[in-house]
Amino acid sequence: MRYLLLIAEEEPVTPPTEADWATMMDEYRAYTRWLKERGWYGGGEALQPASTATTVSVRDGQRIVTDGPFAETKEQLGGYFLLEAPTLDDAIEAAARIPGARTGRIEVRPIADTGG
Amino acid sequence: MPAPRQADASRVAADTVARVFHEEHGRAIATLIRVLGDFDLAEEAVADAYVTALERWPSDGVPANPGAWIVTTARNRAIDRARRSRVFAQKAALIAREAAFDASARAGALQAAAEDEMHPIPDDQLRLIFTCCHPALAPEASIALTLRTLGGLTTPEIARAFLVPEATLAQRLVRAKKKIRAAGIAYEVPGRDRLADRLDAVLRVIYLVFNEGYDASEGEALVRRELCAEAIRLARIVAELMPDEPEAHGLLALLLLTDARRPARVAPDGGLVRLEDQDRGRWSRPEIEEGSALVERALRAGRVGPYQLQAAIAAVHDEAAAAADTDWPQILGLYEVLLRVTPSPVIALNRAVAVGEVMGAASGLAAVDSLAADASLAEYRFFHAARADFLRRLGRWSEAAEAYERALGLGPNAAEAAYLRTRVAEARARGLAG
Repeated sequence: MRYLLLIAEEEPVTPPTEADWATMMDEYRAYTRWLKERGWYGGGEALQPASTATTVSVRDGQRIVTDGPFAETKEQLGGYFLLEAPTLDDAIEAAARIPGARTGRIEVRPIADTGG
Repeated sequence: MPAPRQADASRVAADTVARVFHEEHGRAIATLIRVLGDFDLAEEAVADAYVTALERWPSDGVPANPGAWIVTTARNRAIDRARRSRVFAQKAALIAREAAFDASARAGALQAAAEDEMHPIPDDQLRLIFTCCHPALAPEASIALTLRTLGGLTTPEIARAFLVPEATLAQRLVRAKKKIRAAGIAYEVPGRDRLADRLDAVLRVIYLVFNEGYDASEGEALVRRELCAEAIRLARIVAELMPDEPEAHGLLALLLLTDARRPARVAPDGGLVRLEDQDRGRWSRPEIEEGSALVERALRAGRVGPYQLQAAIAAVHDEAAAAADTDWPQILGLYEVLLRVTPSPVIALNRAVAVGEVMGAASGLAAVDSLAADASLAEYRFFHAARADFLRRLGRWSEAAEAYERALGLGPNAAEAAYLRTRVAEARARGLAG
């Protein structure tokens, strides 16, 4: 099964200190290593803050471009991991180990098999 | 007159078929889901086998091993269905698995080839419980799916028990089964490292099924009794298949010790009889004895948990020959441990009530009042009812009447409301007299 783990977090008001940033990066690197050791890693990235987002839609052939994310919520999409894991329990375990799970929340979404 | 006799005979047989299918449903479906790899396919196959049984059992008699007959017949019907269906090739691969599937030589060869796989193993049911009660499913979906698959209750029966429209319940079942498939919820008993969380979810679902049957004031009495019986049956399966899990045994003990009081719990007029007023001679001794033995054994494992503690408390109540003989100091001690294991306002309230029984109404009232700041208890009718009872015992009648009225305003069921109204009237009368 393939899963997308979406990391939603409240964006900090002030940027983290250099030390905090380094600790977090270490944790994420360790986490990525853990995924790779299991053969579950299928990719993953951190995203720029939601303030840099642009939302695009097309209605009646008309392109609508707006500033900002889908929805103005307290928690914003901050990053993701793509997973290749045997069962939902494995995906849940992987989600629980994401450093961001301790402050934010992780949505686990099975990826649809569109036969492509 | 041979015709009516025959009709009679087949009616008896139809009852028997229904009963046997109900009893065997959980085991059969659990094995079929493993063999067929699909919930819906398994359910359709069992429904087909039921029709076949209705045709054959009246003349052939009930098979010696009805469970095995259902599994075999259902599987053969599944193969027939798969053949007819357009996605034959795909489903056939599913059904055949490793066993070589030869469409031209079905019955004998195929049956023999898959004999090992076909044999119902106890683990099948455990696997199915863990799948139906996966924490990634909403509790109401888990409950419905568990009752439908393992309990063999029909969709209308479950809908009636939970007072939801049949279409809503059917939708719930469809969504749950779809999520199991799409999200990759495994059909397996989780490994040791993941067992704790998963077992918690299983026990919670069983506990909720029981409570729904025991506590609710609405709905058909028969269906509600069925829910309690079903919850006990499921708890027994889990306890028997997980001998090393004291909480599984604790839950079974708790359900038995609570269910034991059912015969004395409702008065002939439908009113609720409080624990201290119940005719203890009507309590079910076999259930009390089994429950007490279970909880004692579970506690000896030295891994105490909330179900074992609640069962131990229930056992102390059940073992008292009269309400006045209740060993309240022991109950207080157990509540204190329970409060440490799973802190919650409701447990704190129960502890406060025990304080009152051990140290007197004034201490009890003080303990209850110390919880008044908790916002969730302010809207909890048993908080006000407990407070009212202590005020009454202290002769503080007008305050007692007020507290009983608060409880009345918080949606008690009919039986509780009747009790509370009596107390309000008594307190008002005594208040005026005093």
